[in-house]
Amino acid sequence: MPDESILRIENLRKSFGQTEVIKGVSLTVQPKEVIVIVGPSGTGKSTLLQCINLLTRPTGGRIWLEDQEITAPGTDEDKVRRRIGMVFQEFNLFNHLTALDNVTVGMTKVLGMKPDEARRKSSFELERVGMSEHAGKYPGQLSGGQKQRVGIARALGMDPSIMLFDEPTSALDPELTGEVLAVMQKLAREGMTMLVVSHEMGFAREVSNRIVFMEGGFIVEEGSPREFFNAPKSERTRQFLSMIT
Amino acid sequence: MEELSRSLFTVLQYLVPGLGVTVSVTLIALGIGFTIGTVMAVLRIYGGRILGAVAATYSILVRAVPVVVIIFILFFVISAVVDLSPFLSGAFALGFASGAYQSEIFRGAIMSVPPGQMIAARAIGMSRFKAIRCIVLPQAVRLAIPAWANEFTLVLKDSTLVYVIGVPEIMRRAQWISSRTLEPFMAFGTAAVFYLVFTMLATRLLSIVERRYRIIM
Amino acid sequence: MHDFFVFSRMVLPDLLQGTRITLEIAVGALLIGFVVGLPTALLRIYGNPWLKRIVIGYINLFRGTPLLVQLFIVYYGLPEFNVTFSRLTAAYLTLGLNSSAYQAEYFRGAIQSVGRGQMVAARAIGMSRLKAIRHIILPQALRLVLPSWSNEMIAMIKYTAVVFLIAVPDLMGKAKIISSRYFAPISTYLIVAFIYMIIVGLVSLILQYVGKKLETPGLGSIEATAR
Repeated sequence: MPDESILRIENLRKSFGQTEVIKGVSLTVQPKEVIVIVGPSGTGKSTLLQCINLLTRPTGGRIWLEDQEITAPGTDEDKVRRRIGMVFQEFNLFNHLTALDNVTVGMTKVLGMKPDEARRKSSFELERVGMSEHAGKYPGQLSGGQKQRVGIARALGMDPSIMLFDEPTSALDPELTGEVLAVMQKLAREGMTMLVVSHEMGFAREVSNRIVFMEGGFIVEEGSPREFFNAPKSERTRQFLSMIT
Repeated sequence: MEELSRSLFTVLQYLVPGLGVTVSVTLIALGIGFTIGTVMAVLRIYGGRILGAVAATYSILVRAVPVVVIIFILFFVISAVVDLSPFLSGAFALGFASGAYQSEIFRGAIMSVPPGQMIAARAIGMSRFKAIRCIVLPQAVRLAIPAWANEFTLVLKDSTLVYVIGVPEIMRRAQWISSRTLEPFMAFGTAAVFYLVFTMLATRLLSIVERRYRIIM
Repeated sequence: MHDFFVFSRMVLPDLLQGTRITLEIAVGALLIGFVVGLPTALLRIYGNPWLKRIVIGYINLFRGTPLLVQLFIVYYGLPEFNVTFSRLTAAYLTLGLNSSAYQAEYFRGAIQSVGRGQMVAARAIGMSRLKAIRHIILPQALRLVLPSWSNEMIAMIKYTAVVFLIAVPDLMGKAKIISSRYFAPISTYLIVAFIYMIIVGLVSLILQYVGKKLETPGLGSIEATAR
């Protein structure tokens, strides 16, 4: 059966020195799927995302992006990262560039696009996240929510096959999370494949196709939002849910 | 009063041509030092064990030796190999020394750039080299401006040292005119005033630049 | 290469004699700089506006002009006004005053990092300004200033190198004589460079050791700025 999945993770393991943080995680992501990964802090969720875009090298297991095995030795990691978009908890916007330039820099310097073409596409992406009128501002002049939206535009600008969100709203004041979640919901509706690590249960319930519960470096349970919230199968899932609701 | 103005005029007449030499030596040395300094700083941080050690050794050893000694050594070494004017040898030697101090400045500046910047740059597919060149260095240079302004004034003042290899900058001219007019205080005092003015101008100019390019983090 | 070692052994005694003078001048200038610099810093911070202006002018004068120019003014220029110094005295004086201006700024930075709360608390228990400075502010400031001061010590060792231009028989002075006597400038100055590297290295290690011994937990250090 032909594998149409965007991302396939097989038995991923990651250790930092003596500590094993990811202990054998397998996951398949289909096109247009929105998967939210939840779980207690420090259980390897962020590390999982970093392994997927090879910012951290996994210690075991294999990962396929579309039909390419990206964990194979000799893979051009920089090229792989162009196809995976990443949005960070601390935004990590390039401080010396305007919002617009934050989006164009990848296009011109990595994809080799011509400047006006890049600018046009960047304006489009900024429009998509609702930040067009702030295109000329510097990150230091933007609020947290605005910064994160520019971060999303920057990742989108590379035309990725899948978007990874690493706790995108955790560093934001509560009033600002709404604007970011709204953009993420819009992207989901437009058919973007998304893998989101988050504590935002409302978003998970409303927008995701599947929820994955990770604890202690394992996937404990996964299922549709309805299954997950109303009829969790595992005891630990139940414990987790009772703590956060 | 008249006497004073007359001797001042004589001194100025002879010192002013030296201004151009002093400023040129300073600017050339700073440029050479900037190039060496940024390369060494990048090597030290991103270059791996061997290159990093080479850069560290250069920085530590050169900064342990007085600039005069470096000027002498390089002047004689260069003269043995190629026919360069004292002006150029001196400027190069000064630049070679400044490079070590500037490498420390840029090393500190690069390390002040938040690590998330490099991570985000890699995440959009930039190679390490591109990330350093397009994202880390532009920010590091701006962060370095205050310390660099200080280095500017230091090189300006150290430019007097090239007088020992015969470059006709302000000091050599001041010495010449003082032996002519037998009024060393007027000669050296005027030279001092020139340096004071230059230093103040440079500091003011660079603080304007710093304000203009300041990154709000 | 072998010739180099033979040459080194031959000239070393002379050079080491000069090194002694270099170190004496460096230490002497540093001490003069301390004795003059600390009060200058205090005047700069706690003095009345007029005093402040004079002190700032003094500091800017010595920091804004090259050491060599200062040296020549003191040794060649002042005799015009019947103020004559011997070579050695001129060297000590100029380097000392020069260092005092830099040290004044380092002390100022350190004292201002001590935090206004300390002074307020000291006054609150009835200390006079002077007592507060002496017993509360300065002990902390002197620890904070150690990195910059260590830098200044090393800088002094390097800056004494210019005094050979007024014929002081320090390391550089001896080196100049030797290099012309034997027509071997590169070898001579390379040896000189090595001597400086060793001295600076040793002094750095000693200062690091002293710094560790004097460390007070919880008392941060201000960034040492390169000279």
